Amino acid sequence: MEIRVNATRMQLLRTRKRLRTAVRGHKLLKDKRDELMKKFLDLIRRARSLREEVEKELSLASRDFVLAQMAMSREAVEEALMSSASQADLKVRMVPAMNVRVPEFSWESPSMTAREAYPYGFTTTVSELDRSASILAGIMPKLVELAQVEKACELLADEIEKTRRRVNALEYVLIPRLSETVRYITMKLDEMERGNATRLMKLKDVVRAKGA
Amino acid sequence: MIPMSKIAVIGDRDSVLMYRTAGVTVFPCANAEEAGEALRSIAREGYACAFLTENLAGELQPVLQELGHAPLPAVSLIPSGSGSLGLARARLKRIVEKAVGADILFQEGAGKHE
Repeated sequence: MEIRVNATRMQLLRTRKRLRTAVRGHKLLKDKRDELMKKFLDLIRRARSLREEVEKELSLASRDFVLAQMAMSREAVEEALMSSASQADLKVRMVPAMNVRVPEFSWESPSMTAREAYPYGFTTTVSELDRSASILAGIMPKLVELAQVEKACELLADEIEKTRRRVNALEYVLIPRLSETVRYITMKLDEMERGNATRLMKLKDVVRAKGA
Repeated sequence: MIPMSKIAVIGDRDSVLMYRTAGVTVFPCANAEEAGEALRSIAREGYACAFLTENLAGELQPVLQELGHAPLPAVSLIPSGSGSLGLARARLKRIVEKAVGADILFQEGAGKHE
């Protein structure tokens, strides 16, 4: 590795200072990476179990829905669902987590009077449709949480990758290079010092020889 | 704080019709192209949360990845009416690999299922 610096005491001090900063930064970033990783692993576990749950229940809901479609004809189901339910509201908050802004959702279920929970007439529909709707209404909060957790995982993964790159750059490039520079300058200065000492001794010999 | 946001469900007509009962906005799409359009417009219109059926997600990976870096919307995959394709699991697995550098979670998970 090429080191292009002037071997001076000033430069030595400056480089030492940079090295100290780099080492400190490296330690901090490493801590950040570890903490991010801990959070990430928790989130991933949560995402996995949520997904399993949600997929199981969604398949139940869609099975009932298919049954309803078979019993009622597709057109009838579509017609029944023309008037959509009252819009559900989703509260969103951005929560900072280790310098990453992660959205947090809270599901506000629409007010559940029977009329609104099942936004269709009961005379023309079959019970499978109701069952599908109620399973779905039950699963929605979990579905929203799943979306939130997966999003958080995605964002954290980005951040972890970035932090890891920085840690590695410091550990394997900047810090070795700086300590190499410090070594180079110290050696050079020592060498100059020794050269000076020899020259002085030599001179002394010459002066003494002349005086004698 | 964004006060109230809406939820969108995108997918083929048969899979997403039932979500009408849940008070979410439904975008029925015939193919992946339409779904991609819907996804982009959702991102523009400030939906916070979107669900996409897996059968359309396969071809939309670029869009999904693009949206993945932004804090909102949170796009999640749901199984279509014909059952889970495992794409959502694969996606999670990819995220783990990206962050950790190796797949550590789903190996043990796979071991449990067998």
